[in-house]
Amino acid sequence: MAVMVLSAVALGSAAHAGSDAGAHAGWPHITKPIKGTHCVKPVPYMLRYHFDLLLHQREITLRKGVHGSKYDLTNCISCHVNKNANGQYIPINAPGQFCQSCHEYAAVHIDCFSCHATTPQGGGDDQTAAR
Amino acid sequence: MKKIEYRELPAWTPGWWALMIGLLVVMAIGLAGALYMETEGHHVTGMTNQIVWGIPHVFAVFMIVAASGALNVASIGSVFGRDAYKPLGRVSGLLAISLLAGGLCVLVLDLGKPDRLIVAMTHFNITSIFAWNVYLYTGFFVVVGLYLWTMMDWTKKRFYKPAATLAFLWRLILTTGTGSIFGFLVARDAYSSAVMAPLFISMSFVFGLAIFNLILLAVYGGSGRPVSPDVIHRKARLLALFMAADLYFVVVQHITAIYWPSRDPVERFILLDGGIYTWLFWGVQVFLGAVLPMALIYRCKQVGRGLLRLVSSLAVVGGFAQVYVIVIGGQAWPLELFPGQQISSSFADGRIHSYVPSAPEIALGLGGIALVLFLVTLVSTALPFFPQALGNAEAETPAVGEAVGQAAE
Amino acid sequence: MSDDRNTRETAGDQTGTGGIGRRAFLGAAGAVAVLAPGLGLAAHAFEARPDGVPASSKHRWGMLVDTTKCKSNCHVCVDACNKENGLYEEADPKDTAQYIRKLTVHDPDTGYTHYLPVMCQHCTHPACVAVCPTGASFKRADGIVLVDRHICIGCRYCMMACPYKARSFDEYTEKNQKWYNPRGLGCVEGCTMCAHLVDEGKDPACVTACNKTGGGAMVFGDLKDPTSEISKRVATEQTTQIRADLGMDPGVRYEGI
Repeated sequence: MAVMVLSAVALGSAAHAGSDAGAHAGWPHITKPIKGTHCVKPVPYMLRYHFDLLLHQREITLRKGVHGSKYDLTNCISCHVNKNANGQYIPINAPGQFCQSCHEYAAVHIDCFSCHATTPQGGGDDQTAAR
Repeated sequence: MKKIEYRELPAWTPGWWALMIGLLVVMAIGLAGALYMETEGHHVTGMTNQIVWGIPHVFAVFMIVAASGALNVASIGSVFGRDAYKPLGRVSGLLAISLLAGGLCVLVLDLGKPDRLIVAMTHFNITSIFAWNVYLYTGFFVVVGLYLWTMMDWTKKRFYKPAATLAFLWRLILTTGTGSIFGFLVARDAYSSAVMAPLFISMSFVFGLAIFNLILLAVYGGSGRPVSPDVIHRKARLLALFMAADLYFVVVQHITAIYWPSRDPVERFILLDGGIYTWLFWGVQVFLGAVLPMALIYRCKQVGRGLLRLVSSLAVVGGFAQVYVIVIGGQAWPLELFPGQQISSSFADGRIHSYVPSAPEIALGLGGIALVLFLVTLVSTALPFFPQALGNAEAETPAVGEAVGQAAE
Repeated sequence: MSDDRNTRETAGDQTGTGGIGRRAFLGAAGAVAVLAPGLGLAAHAFEARPDGVPASSKHRWGMLVDTTKCKSNCHVCVDACNKENGLYEEADPKDTAQYIRKLTVHDPDTGYTHYLPVMCQHCTHPACVAVCPTGASFKRADGIVLVDRHICIGCRYCMMACPYKARSFDEYTEKNQKWYNPRGLGCVEGCTMCAHLVDEGKDPACVTACNKTGGGAMVFGDLKDPTSEISKRVATEQTTQIRADLGMDPGVRYEGI
């Protein structure tokens, strides 16, 4: 059900790509990727199956030790993360950001970021200031 | 044989309301404690990287062990054919299921990731005794549920004996599994021993019967239903016998370990200079939990309700201390990376680890106990679980007494 | 070139640590090693595993610690580990994760005191893997023992089972994790033998630090490769495993204990 909603929402957003004015009030705000021209799979596929790709990939990366897949979570983040006015990365699970925006709308909890880094560099140099 | 009449407990009385609301409040506080632990992280608890299992595990292990023991009363009636125990079979099964539910709730809510409980069902590591226990526990609900069905539905009477036998075997295996959680820990000198399995079984006999007695006395005292004096006396004698068995396995556990040079230090710690653990072991577990109640029971010609309540309470207190000494005391002793050498590090190596349970942990454990009592009260209010009268104070007393006495000896 | 590389290079850019990804750096280091074989430190007996290739049981990664070279006032291995893996000192030291710690071992009879680092021993028969109910605790094909946090439920049975006290329970909500070492609230964690570095053909952080600024007490390598330094030394020198009596066959060996 949530997937259907998400698909409808995101396809709707895609139709209005680029124009914020076209976004419906209350709908998730799908930010544009900061680099690259296309995703690792067609957008409709990603909308429905991105979690399957990630679920499959985590077995391969962690348990088998295979690196360099285009389906790595770090890869998703490197394109879909945003920067703030100061040029610093905004965590991808922050309100209104790529992952969180849709998941909040669909009321689907993301479990990834209790452990995974939320920005490409993952930590940066100001770790000690983090807590 | 006389027909046994079962009755639901009277509902909606002021006492009933007070009990149920009180229990719900305790459960709510326990749940709040668990939620606090999960959202803040375990740093708000007394548990550390040294004492990794704390008071929630003491509560949980105590209840899970008691659960299988609570089923004994039913087993004595059905598997071992002591008719005097048969009327109590239903209560016995209900209490067993409730105790297991309470224990598991506490155990699960203490997990680092309780929201991932489903993972424990979908991912199964065949070499893990913990994983096996997941199936033993869920199976226990099913097996005892079926057993209760054959007790309560006369059309299923022909399945009564097989179900009873299956439930009895299942509970033995279940407690073997629980004891083996500790028994299989080769790294820890306080555990790692095959005696843990029979020790836990003997513990279950004591805890289960003691809690059963207390529930029985509360229900029959509160609702004014009659209980034959002989039932009381024989229950006390049986409890004393179980205590002796528990004590026997405790002696075997420690004597074996003392004879093993590398385990000398940890035994010295628990038995001689472990502070709170030594005190709990000798003072509460051995004296209050076994020696004193056994003396009280054996020197008394006719144990009454008051004394049965006292010795059963002592058994519960002693049992809780026993589990505390095993779970916490066993971890308080540091791991021996270099036997015979003195080690130290930033990670508390070589030091006695301290543990002070925090309020949310204790609340969680008490919430589990409240859940047990809540379930027992709720189910026996809705369905006929308790016999109207227990034993017959006049005509059938001798026969009842003899039958139970044989079971006790 | 894979997109993955881009990710890592972006990371380098952002942190301002030179603007080159790990693998690119490795290539440069390799070139230096070829040009100046005498440098030794940069020369590795093992290579980066190419993208797309799984860890193989042809390798068995291990460490050798010469405790006679482990100095009393040195803790560069611990510092390097914390920095590499993004570990912090928590409010309560008793709740702080420690992948590696320095142990002081004192013989009460002779008065002899020596020091050694202890981390996950990456056993052949790890107790943590045997007891884990969900299989979250697992051993990779190349012998590195890891926690699969995706399915770790935080029961801590592995911490009860490990004789080396090698594991910690994450009791805090984590932020700013390293991308190669995800870690978070409610999961058990421990030394990964810096699998992310090993896969790139580099020594674990503790070993690198020990050889660079420490006592040079640690050697990392492939126990199944008879030509590796560690294999040669294990074959010819007297090495010991901690609590070898438990039969878990640790991949970390010690000299002088």
